[in-house]
Amino acid sequence: MRGMLQRAIRLTWHAHLARELTDGTAVPLKIAIVLLIAVGLSFLSGAVIAKEAQPNEDPQIEQRMKNLTEQLRCLVCQNETLADSHADLAEDLRKQIREQMKAGKTDKEIIAYLTDRYGDFVLYKPPVKTTTYLLWFGPFVLLGGGTVVLYRYLSRRRKMIQEKPLSAEERRQAAEILRSV
Amino acid sequence: MNKYLFIPLVLFVGLVAFLLIGLHRDPHEVPSPLINKPAPSFQLPQLHEPTKTFSSQDMKGKVYLLNFWGSWCVACRDEHPLLVQYAKSNVVPIYGVDYNYANDNADERAAAMQFLAELGNPYTETIYDKGGLTSIDYGVYGAPESFLIDKQGIIRFKQIGPITEDVWNNKIVPLAKQLNQ
Repeated sequence: MRGMLQRAIRLTWHAHLARELTDGTAVPLKIAIVLLIAVGLSFLSGAVIAKEAQPNEDPQIEQRMKNLTEQLRCLVCQNETLADSHADLAEDLRKQIREQMKAGKTDKEIIAYLTDRYGDFVLYKPPVKTTTYLLWFGPFVLLGGGTVVLYRYLSRRRKMIQEKPLSAEERRQAAEILRSV
Repeated sequence: MNKYLFIPLVLFVGLVAFLLIGLHRDPHEVPSPLINKPAPSFQLPQLHEPTKTFSSQDMKGKVYLLNFWGSWCVACRDEHPLLVQYAKSNVVPIYGVDYNYANDNADERAAAMQFLAELGNPYTETIYDKGGLTSIDYGVYGAPESFLIDKQGIIRFKQIGPITEDVWNNKIVPLAKQLNQ
């Protein structure tokens, strides 16, 4: 049952991707979503899409899995984490990660395994390196630059204001105006 | 005229330029870290003859196109007629990897053989990646994906999604000819 559902979802999704990649039309996404919901509902009555219940797995490893995969992007559905995604690739990758954890690999090694294959894009938090300096520090540079510009503008404006004391004649005129009000 | 008057306009035009470029980029195309790196090695059973294997070592000294596909992949169906046509052109041999997800219980081997029997077989050799470990090694996330690999076994080009006439004529053919020299 679950296999059939997955196959249906995958076919719909790939139909959408195919259209998008070949002619760039984004409209089929709506159709794809409607189809997905329809397909999902028709199956849901019988089978709940279980989130890979693994009762026999080591809870410690499952917790580590969850913590790690929540920081990783599923490349098929890019706005989903690897922890949440139901894409087949995500399930295969979770299986891989679980096996590597059982084999004693550290989180760092597992992340390296993934970035070697899929690039830094799998990380939701991009690493700090020369190509990402602009991304990480650009906003602070902009903030600093803006502060300097603002400070210089304000201090120049202050210089433009020259306070001249009123002459006796001006003082008399001002008093007259105030009286007439 | 205030010389600073045009700064906001220039910044705005710059911003618009960035946004326009962003509009025309496909977020599904993630740059692969594997370009100009050695192609991951593999040794996998052949699709049609499960007892025989095929390994990346067999391809040393040859320029070839490695195409990851699956019978479940709709975009591959779209791409297939072009592959059949291009295989006849003898520009570069095409090798197929049938990608079978670990959690997919359907009989992908049989489905893939039927697929090739119906739509034609462009592949010099087809191998069967059950469980998708080799596909993961190649960072495949949106089948079909194709890798152009040179005589030294270095990946020179990757196409994510179906190969189009444009990609074949303007990228793969010139590059394959150059690599064959």
